[in-house]
Amino acid sequence: MDEESSGTVKKFAFINRKAPYGTIYALESLEVVLISAAFDQDVSLVFADDGVYQLKKGQGTKAVGMKNFSPTYRALEGYDIEKLYVEKESMEARGLTEEDLIVPVEVLTSQEMATLMDEQDVVLSF
Amino acid sequence: MLHIVNKSPSERNAMSSCLRMAKKGSTILLIEDGVYAATKGSVVEKDLKAAMADMQVYALWPDLEARGMQDTVIDGIKQVDYAGFVDLVAENKNVQSWL
Amino acid sequence: MGFEINGKTYETDEEGYLVNLAEWDEEAAKYLAIEEKVDMTESHWEVVNFLREYYNDYQIAPAVRVLTKAIGKKLGPEKGNSKYLYELFPYGPAKQACKIAGLPKPTGCI
Repeated sequence: MDEESSGTVKKFAFINRKAPYGTIYALESLEVVLISAAFDQDVSLVFADDGVYQLKKGQGTKAVGMKNFSPTYRALEGYDIEKLYVEKESMEARGLTEEDLIVPVEVLTSQEMATLMDEQDVVLSF
Repeated sequence: MLHIVNKSPSERNAMSSCLRMAKKGSTILLIEDGVYAATKGSVVEKDLKAAMADMQVYALWPDLEARGMQDTVIDGIKQVDYAGFVDLVAENKNVQSWL
Repeated sequence: MGFEINGKTYETDEEGYLVNLAEWDEEAAKYLAIEEKVDMTESHWEVVNFLREYYNDYQIAPAVRVLTKAIGKKLGPEKGNSKYLYELFPYGPAKQACKIAGLPKPTGCI
């Protein structure tokens, strides 16, 4: 894992559109993201629609008996995954602002998001 | 870029989010319950027609037929079979599935 | 599967990792270290405690690359390198140290 990978670097985007605990999508995506970090690719994370809820501060899952994986988004920086994007329209439609999110993100409009997705070599949909 | 939508536009927001975040020049393929978006009178008909000015829209006809919606498809939407589905995936650089 | 120390039982998975993080204590760590053939010194405890803190903060066991970098940041460059960590945990710091620290197997460890 310490060695530099010799292959070409591709642009990967993970598109997260689901809320965190109702389905397994969010957690699965996060695990794949962490694994992808070992391959030294150019990784971007997109949060749109209910995916924005994954980043909401103050999650506490003790009473529902599930693992609270929201602190793990703060570990991504240590994995050199620093490109996190939130769609402005989705965030605002849910009454959220950047201050409500557990990690710093870049807020993009739908138009900007369209361009970002179009530029990717690989899009992984969750 | 190819966008695939497989959810009904009246039950989920997948279709409207796709229309909002698809870049001009993209291709949209409607499959499974997503084919309801391709039919006249759907909740996204207006938006879809507007998007068709600069996007290609396809619907998987076996899914249209299965749902009895084959006779009410919006003009300008092209119908493909499974082989056509594969061609669309192959000829696009990348694919986003609006799950 | 599992083991017992002074009447307290600890459940482990098929690879010997503790199933319940909350069950961990120093006695369990000492037992797991013996199983791993690691002779625990102050330097070993430093890494194990670092890992527990990391897990507490982020809810994951770090990949070895991430662990190395994070240790370097917190404990200094002379400790934040593979050589130092592999000397302490010859079969892989992320794997062995995580096990002793009662953490699950690291995600993203290939």
